Amino acid sequence: MSDRIHEELERWEKTTLNKAVSKSPERQPSFQTTSHIALKNLSTPLDVEDTDYCRELGFPGEFPFTRGVQPTMYRGRFWTMRQYAGFATAEETNNRYKYLLNQGQTGLSVAFDLPTQIGYDSDHPLSDGEVGKVGVAIDTLQDMEILFDGIPMDKVSTSMTINSTAAILMAMYIAVAEKQGVKSDLLQGTIQNDVLKEYAARGTYIFPPHESMRIVTNIFAFCKNRVPRWNSISVSGYHMREAGCTAVQEVAFTLADGIAYLEAAIQAGLDVDTVASRIAFFFCCHNNFIEEVAKFRAARRLWATIMKERFKAKKEESCMLRFHTQTAGCSLTAQQPDNNVVRVAFQAMAAVLGGTQSLHTNSRDEAYALPTEDSVRLALRTQQIIAYESGVADMIDPLGGSYAVEALTNEIEGKAIEYIKKIEAMGGAIQAIESGYIQKEIAESAYQYQKEIEAKKRIVVGINRFQMEEKPLTDILRIRPEVEEYQKEKLRKVKQQRDNARVRETLVLLKKAARGTDNVVPPILEAVKAYASLGEISDALREVFGEYRQS
Amino acid sequence: MARTIRVLIAKPGLDGHDRGAKVIARALRDAGMEVIYTGIRQTPEQIASAAIQEGVDIVGLSSLSGAHNRLFPKVVQILREKGAADILVFGGGIIPVNDIPALKECGVREIFLPGASTEDIIQYIRDNVKES
Repeated sequence: MSDRIHEELERWEKTTLNKAVSKSPERQPSFQTTSHIALKNLSTPLDVEDTDYCRELGFPGEFPFTRGVQPTMYRGRFWTMRQYAGFATAEETNNRYKYLLNQGQTGLSVAFDLPTQIGYDSDHPLSDGEVGKVGVAIDTLQDMEILFDGIPMDKVSTSMTINSTAAILMAMYIAVAEKQGVKSDLLQGTIQNDVLKEYAARGTYIFPPHESMRIVTNIFAFCKNRVPRWNSISVSGYHMREAGCTAVQEVAFTLADGIAYLEAAIQAGLDVDTVASRIAFFFCCHNNFIEEVAKFRAARRLWATIMKERFKAKKEESCMLRFHTQTAGCSLTAQQPDNNVVRVAFQAMAAVLGGTQSLHTNSRDEAYALPTEDSVRLALRTQQIIAYESGVADMIDPLGGSYAVEALTNEIEGKAIEYIKKIEAMGGAIQAIESGYIQKEIAESAYQYQKEIEAKKRIVVGINRFQMEEKPLTDILRIRPEVEEYQKEKLRKVKQQRDNARVRETLVLLKKAARGTDNVVPPILEAVKAYASLGEISDALREVFGEYRQS
Repeated sequence: MARTIRVLIAKPGLDGHDRGAKVIARALRDAGMEVIYTGIRQTPEQIASAAIQEGVDIVGLSSLSGAHNRLFPKVVQILREKGAADILVFGGGIIPVNDIPALKECGVREIFLPGASTEDIIQYIRDNVKES
């Protein structure tokens, strides 16, 4: 059979194709994906003739999960529609959450402001100008009580983009749930808790890597016992991709980080299977449609293989790469912002065809500011249209078996393996980050991308072709400058009203745990319940762990 | 012969988005300028001091976190206070167009928005810094 196809392909190339190309050549001398994978004009059964279907693709819900992690995928239940949201105060953000839930959103995703992410209270000098800007400001448990007021925490799952201060925010979430009468073992959600990519790309680190990894593994151990349905980490490629890396690098760097977290957990005496089943992932979905679909499939197969072969995972569940996706923020243009709606729709569909478990769709105005309520609604509607109208959710992995998709899946997996081996040779992801290797790779790809745009080798509609005169968007979300003062005032009042002796006591106990080998999460929970502020708790840990400085 | 233009590219505030800052730093270097990049999380004081110490002609500030209205004018103000008003300051990032007039009034000379090309920025610097 393959001989016949081979002969026919040669014949087609020499006759039909050759005739066409000699009359009118192809648009460009060669075609490649954003990861510089060369694309041929046509894929055929010859490209996948070595594929062992049962071993490499298999069936949904079974190892190696190439075709999806659930046996029914979206025929059972759609992905979770989860818009990342948070701005200004807990009061305003609580209103936005209620609005989104009323519009049919099925999970919450909390965006915190930078001081909250980096462990500074709103009244810290370094918080100047940043309070409530990129997310909601949380100083004490009181803010968290306001944030989740009237939201049933036993029913809604909540994802929190929080890393260096993840233990504090998770503790606050648990404490608020308790006040609602919801026990921690019922809570469902995710903390990002992925500090490695903070050093590599995102920048909200506080402590040095070794100390950060200790907090991460303390969180793993705490969650295993107290919040068993919680995803204790979301290993994130998203921010490295946004910082400029390619699809292949995104898979490789993310899975290399995943390996580092598991190694750390094992060293801390945790069992691979208990930790692995609570690890989630987070990827970006960019413009190159087929490459992105293939990327998700390749990542799933590769992670499953790593879990089985390297970590000897016993449970099937440990080998499942479950992931959240956000469309590519860096692909949004300030020029002709309505075009972003179209970009986001294609990216979102690629994420769905790639088998995502949850999805955030960006809004059209995000090259200007945080999105308005109207823009967020349109972004959510985009997901609903894909789910309810497009039909792509009615079959499992409908692009599976496409010669092109399978060939590209293989190619991305192979190239990611090469990168992971290189990182392993350096001593693993932590060393590769400490030496600056991953940062350099990301920066190099980002620079090449920009050069390609400026040389018009890469076309971005509205940027380097099809430009037009237009008025810039001015109907955007503004964060009132009064937010900072309001937040500072709330904090002052809490500090007046709380039992300050109790606060000091809990902070002393926290420092004692940090200096020794006890888990730091239980004393953080006690401090939070005493209304110690996020800045005070972070400072206690800074005193013991020191601070990381970018070299 | 024209002397080499010296540029400080800086990230004020807590924002960690450094893709743009790094791309621009490298493009300016490739264009023959001497470029110092501060890294992330710099206070306006640190940026102004670095600019003076390094003897730069111009400072480029990048912020994507919405803190520009507070932090960009502060850098200009501190440079003036330290007698270094001749060091020009420009900025870029996620900056609503409505904010630009006020920033310019405070002495930020130019604002580059998403989609600006590195060529535009190189040209702007060459036009505004005297190469003599």
